[in-house]
Amino acid sequence: MAEPGRESVSYAPAGEFDDMELSHPKTFLGKYIWSQDAKVIAIQYGITAMAIGVVALVLSILMRLQLGFPGTFALIDPGSYLQYVTMHGMIMVVYLLTALFLGGFGNYLIPLMCGARDMAFPYLNMLSYWFYLVAVLILVASFFVPGGASGAGWTLYPPQAISPGTPGIDGGILLMFISLMVFIAGFTMGGLNYIVTVLQARARGMTLMRMPLTIWGIFMATVMALLAFPALLVAVLMMLFDMLLGTSFFMPAMLTLGEQSGHEGGSPLLYQHLFWFFGHPEVYIVALPAFGIVSDILATHARKNIFGYRMMVWAIIIIAVLSFVVWAHHMFVSGMNPYFGFLFATTTLIIAVPTAIKVYNWVLTLWRGNIRMTVPMLFAIGFIFTFVNGGLSGLYLGNVTVDVPLADTYFVVGHFHMVMAVAPVLVVFGAIYHWYPKMTGRMLNDTLGKIHFWITFLGSYAIFYPMHFLGFAGVPRRYYAYGETGYIAESAQALNAFMSVAAIIVALTQLLFFFNLVWSYYRGRESGPNPWQATTLEWQTEHTPPRHGNFGETLPVVYRWAYDFSVPGAKQDYLPQNMPPEAVEYEDGGRGGGSAASPDEVRP
Amino acid sequence: MTITLVFIAVMMAIFGGWLFSHSINVRPWEAAPADTGSTPMGRNGQLPPGVTAPRVGLAVFVAVATALFALTISAYLMRMEMGHDWRTLPTPGLLWLNTACLVLGSIALQWAWNGARRGDERSLRLGLGLGGGFTIAFVLGQGLAWQQLNAAGYYLVENPANAFFFLLTALHALHLLGGLAAWARTLFRVQRGAAPAAVRASVELCALYWHFLLLLWVVLFALLLNT
Repeated sequence: MAEPGRESVSYAPAGEFDDMELSHPKTFLGKYIWSQDAKVIAIQYGITAMAIGVVALVLSILMRLQLGFPGTFALIDPGSYLQYVTMHGMIMVVYLLTALFLGGFGNYLIPLMCGARDMAFPYLNMLSYWFYLVAVLILVASFFVPGGASGAGWTLYPPQAISPGTPGIDGGILLMFISLMVFIAGFTMGGLNYIVTVLQARARGMTLMRMPLTIWGIFMATVMALLAFPALLVAVLMMLFDMLLGTSFFMPAMLTLGEQSGHEGGSPLLYQHLFWFFGHPEVYIVALPAFGIVSDILATHARKNIFGYRMMVWAIIIIAVLSFVVWAHHMFVSGMNPYFGFLFATTTLIIAVPTAIKVYNWVLTLWRGNIRMTVPMLFAIGFIFTFVNGGLSGLYLGNVTVDVPLADTYFVVGHFHMVMAVAPVLVVFGAIYHWYPKMTGRMLNDTLGKIHFWITFLGSYAIFYPMHFLGFAGVPRRYYAYGETGYIAESAQALNAFMSVAAIIVALTQLLFFFNLVWSYYRGRESGPNPWQATTLEWQTEHTPPRHGNFGETLPVVYRWAYDFSVPGAKQDYLPQNMPPEAVEYEDGGRGGGSAASPDEVRP
Repeated sequence: MTITLVFIAVMMAIFGGWLFSHSINVRPWEAAPADTGSTPMGRNGQLPPGVTAPRVGLAVFVAVATALFALTISAYLMRMEMGHDWRTLPTPGLLWLNTACLVLGSIALQWAWNGARRGDERSLRLGLGLGGGFTIAFVLGQGLAWQQLNAAGYYLVENPANAFFFLLTALHALHLLGGLAAWARTLFRVQRGAAPAAVRASVELCALYWHFLLLLWVVLFALLLNT
């Protein structure tokens, strides 16, 4: 199994491209703080997202402590419980997953995988990160204002969200609104960059249909996010009007604490439509990059081309389109016109088709592959299992008649944690184990990685699987305590305690992961440029980690797709995307490109 | 949400068609020399010459802004139907004058762009100055219209129709103010003696963005007049 050497891959000669205007910072601050280099911005995004993610993880443990051992911990009262629920949801969905997949992996991988020197608008890219950081800081600040953080639920439904008595009404909710608007502004700047870079700055020969699926996933997710986030912006803005100026966009006339509120005639249903017009695509904004990354990890570590590449691309696009016409399946019990429910149930179930195509293609990629059970591969396979599990319970909830009794029970919590929490997070871990060598030049520790995987994978099943049973038993979600509830079996409490213990174990295991990240940075095995023998361009850079400008003097030229593993007849196990056909050596001694090569041309 | 859905459908249809043309009859698994690749896309003259990164960036931003306004208009129409408290407010006559200002601003910037293309410094400066001036007049005029409505007793909180009037005009004005920031930067460079060719790209983006905001204003104005 020969390895293609660097001399056998192809780079465009210097000066053939009019170079982008890269900023060349000299100082430490310019290089690592106010950096316009997409790789540094990616790591800034990644660290910030993981830091705020840890906060959300701690909040979930606090919730589990209350649910598993009600009343044992004095610091958790009903109000703070609701604040934990709200902040956990909002942080995980928006500030961790969206930011990490698009801001983190998007920034790192788009220029490198497309063969570009940097993003199209580096300055805007830097601004995007600083907006994100400010949004995170505003959100964190809301923990410390009088009355504490928002406790209005991550969906922020009016009239509850801006009525007296809701935890956080004194300032936490306002700060969450402001933080979201800043986040959206920052994301728009970043998103512009991701799209324009993919469209405009690809290397020579990198046609659309040669792009790695990771790029397809991130690209389509960005398109969706740019069209969906405005819905959240409008909803939040109108709610701010209702809250601060006293308009009645969403707020109906009502009595609060015995007094007539100043609002009249507003429609909470309108808010729900706007919110879920953002909220549902958001699920796929998180899922599509995960789909793409998983496809590349599976192909690389199974040494096989991805099964049905074109079908995979089209499935991503069909999912993106369909996800804009399913939002009202979150509103089956909201009192909207029941005929809508039928319509939206239909579109929801149709999404199962492209999604199933993707799952079958992943499994077929593994079929008879030369599977290497590396840590990224474990996480990718774990993702397939988890995504199928979560997706199947989605088929239940997509049906109106099944959803009505199950809505607002733990079945829903189990479903969405499987499909959009555990599944994407497994991909995040897989991707970090996969690309860490490129980012640092060192391998993450394998043993620690395997321990991390097995405890995280099995542990999350121990946490979220029982939730489905609780849901069938009718245990309602969002409750601080259940009190004397006759219809809930006593064993439900035992199950809750079990889930809480599992959650604490899984959370502590993440310390192992963070330790691994830091330890391997200094002590990890040197990885070399291409430890996984991958084909995509980021593994073909001159330096590892890639330096400013990514590809040194010259930019790569692309001749093939990203999935030339185990090409029949070829001596090499894998052919990098920038390897010309004439450089490929075959088993029978011949060379590619149709013409027989003279012996002195054959390179070692 | 019909308006929004129509917009999303149009966007996705354009996108799907574009992608279809790049994926049909393409065999991604076949290697080929870069120059004869099945669909040459990428930089280096392989894209149509007019498709530059800043223009594509502006197009994407325009799509995002259109989504924002499509959603707000959807909310407007839905709120009109959902509540029973909608009382249409009279559209101030001043808005016609403001509209004229914005049209003139757009024309002036187009003139500046043409000047920059020809290397004609005089029409560049004049067009840029007039364009910004008319736009500032428009924004001030909108503020005056707000004041007139307030004076006539059409307060923001009084009725959802009033609230939407203020919301839509404010959102539109905010987008114009963002444009004015870019305009001010360009004007500053011209005043510092930048050659027409050097600021051409900036002037072009301003002009195109202004045309978009004019079109948007016409749609919003028509909506306010007819509902």
